Amino acid sequence: MPTTLENWNPGKAEDRHPEATYEEKERLFLEVKSDLRYEDFLYGCYECGICVSACPSARFYDFSPRVIAQAMAREDVERIYDILTEDIWNCAQCFSCVRCPRQNNPGGLVTILREVSIKNGLQESKDALQGYSRVIYKVMLKGNQVSPDMLQPDFFPDWGPWVKNFSENMHVWRKAIPMDTIRGITDVAWRVERKTLLELYTIWFESGNMDIIKELDEGLYDLLADVMQEELEEG
Amino acid sequence: MPDNLTTIEEILERKSHPVVRDASIAPTHDMRELLFDLEAKGEIIVQKVPEPYVEFTTKFGRKKKIPIEHTWHHKSCGHCGHIPGYASSILWLHRQFDLDYHDPTDQTSCTGWNYYASAASNAAGQASVMARNFAAAYETGYFPLIHCGTSFGHYKEIREQLVHNQELRDEVRRILGKLGKPLVIPEEIVHYSEWVYAMRHRFAERQLVDMSPITATVHPACHYYKIVAEDAIYDPEIYGGQRTAVVTALLETLGMNVADYSTWFDCCGFGFRHVLVQRDFTRSFAVLRKIEVMKNEANPDLTVTHDTGCVTTLDKSQFAAKAHDRKVGIPILSDAQVAALAMGAHPFRVVQFHWHSTDWRPFLEKLGVNWQKYWDEFQADLDAIRAGTKSGITWEDADQPIHLTA
Ligand code: SF4
Ligand code: SF4
Repeated sequence: MPTTLENWNPGKAEDRHPEATYEEKERLFLEVKSDLRYEDFLYGCYECGICVSACPSARFYDFSPRVIAQAMAREDVERIYDILTEDIWNCAQCFSCVRCPRQNNPGGLVTILREVSIKNGLQESKDALQGYSRVIYKVMLKGNQVSPDMLQPDFFPDWGPWVKNFSENMHVWRKAIPMDTIRGITDVAWRVERKTLLELYTIWFESGNMDIIKELDEGLYDLLADVMQEELEEG
Repeated sequence: MPDNLTTIEEILERKSHPVVRDASIAPTHDMRELLFDLEAKGEIIVQKVPEPYVEFTTKFGRKKKIPIEHTWHHKSCGHCGHIPGYASSILWLHRQFDLDYHDPTDQTSCTGWNYYASAASNAAGQASVMARNFAAAYETGYFPLIHCGTSFGHYKEIREQLVHNQELRDEVRRILGKLGKPLVIPEEIVHYSEWVYAMRHRFAERQLVDMSPITATVHPACHYYKIVAEDAIYDPEIYGGQRTAVVTALLETLGMNVADYSTWFDCCGFGFRHVLVQRDFTRSFAVLRKIEVMKNEANPDLTVTHDTGCVTTLDKSQFAAKAHDRKVGIPILSDAQVAALAMGAHPFRVVQFHWHSTDWRPFLEKLGVNWQKYWDEFQADLDAIRAGTKSGITWEDADQPIHLTA
């Protein structure tokens, strides 16, 4: 049955996500609130909607940076849990919303909410990042987010025949680039020294980043940790 | 750190301080003063902008130093991986003026694309990645020039966090200690498009291709001017100082007609996560809010931008939209590629048009460039590489500017 004004019944806030207790929802919000960036990202909210008018995600999803700023400013624990589980992965992280006259940073609040969601292993985050693990693997291991060999017709069918043409010619095209750091390289964007990668792995372990990966995807963690630890021991 | 819900008393206390509107206390603080304070306390090393540099005005009036040479090229994974003509054009421009630069292999990506896509990192991890790269630059004596708009915005944001947060500084210093590196923050965080802006008149002096037949629209990159907004270059001559001056000023200096369109402030639709795993959003936004609006309002020959994701998104999103009979078909280039082309860079050896998928041939034809001739030359290069008689294209093959319209 379509939702109409007559039959619309949002229900009680606390019934929307009965899988988590109020205490659990409050704990998650307090984790967000204790982030060192929180105080700089939220000063209150005029409800003016300037952020919404600039927000790309608000045009294509049921998503509003104003609602996020409002809920956070009111410390509405139930609503914040809705946002945490339903909204945050729709944000494009463009930061157009920092036009806010109150000097809020709703996109930055989303970044913190996402971090908390990942650290606490929320299923919604795992779902949102399905298919994304190979990118995390690449960036953490190789020090580059993207590489030419990712451009395969199966992954980018909507980019047209160019991708097929590219993948057939990738090796020779890559040799036809004048920069020494790029020429001939296909599995990373540019040549990164081994010493540099060992330093990067040390950062991932020391900063607690590997614990975050463990919470997100244990299989991915095992893959990464095996290679990194072996390399670090050898190095 | 707050660790409880806010009490009524705290709210009343906060509300008892009304907002004061006073231009004299507008956010015009100079980050460098805070950096030098921290350096004086022995907490960080500030890497100075090398001579020669040029000063330009930022959004709220601060003068920003832009180095001309002795730069450490902090490359972009999106450029080098998927639009290599972007990176090679930046270096080709340096080489035309014999400017001293360093293209390092002791550099990782900022990892910011991943962070904005997945949040699978944290403040200390991200700050340490930045600080490792900056320490690596400092060790060489070259000053960082950041190619990627996201790295530039992300690093500005991290610099704010580091300067204002002792706990984070301590943690990053501890991690860097494990690498045997000091905590270095450059005096300025400089985007390559600011260097292009600084060099634009010198480019025009050596221009070989007349750009006046071209009407172009500009997409200003979100992470260049929206993150830490006060640290982007503005000029009263460009849109009355109401929009960033980079890119637009270059195109005007090269003689192009820059056309306006109503959705200039909108992002491109990249979305970080979306462009990789949820591209329906990216395609729809790029086409409906950017390309089609530009087509309807300005019908440009070209769109020019200054960041990785924007070039990729705006270019690659147009193919699928054709199937839906949308109004598309605008080639996309970066400012560096446009400047290189104007100065006679080879369209394929340097600008690498073949990595762009929206048809760029009509644009080159309008300029009077016989692209087929240069494509045939490039095909001969590729044949020689395939045959093993040539290992690859080098600067020796690419440095020489060409009278492309002769
Ligand atoms: S950062 Fe997110 S919330 Fe802010 S404007 Fe962009 S998409 Fe909207
Ligand atoms: S722009 Fe700022 S004050 Fe206005 S609704 Fe958005 S968050 Fe609230």
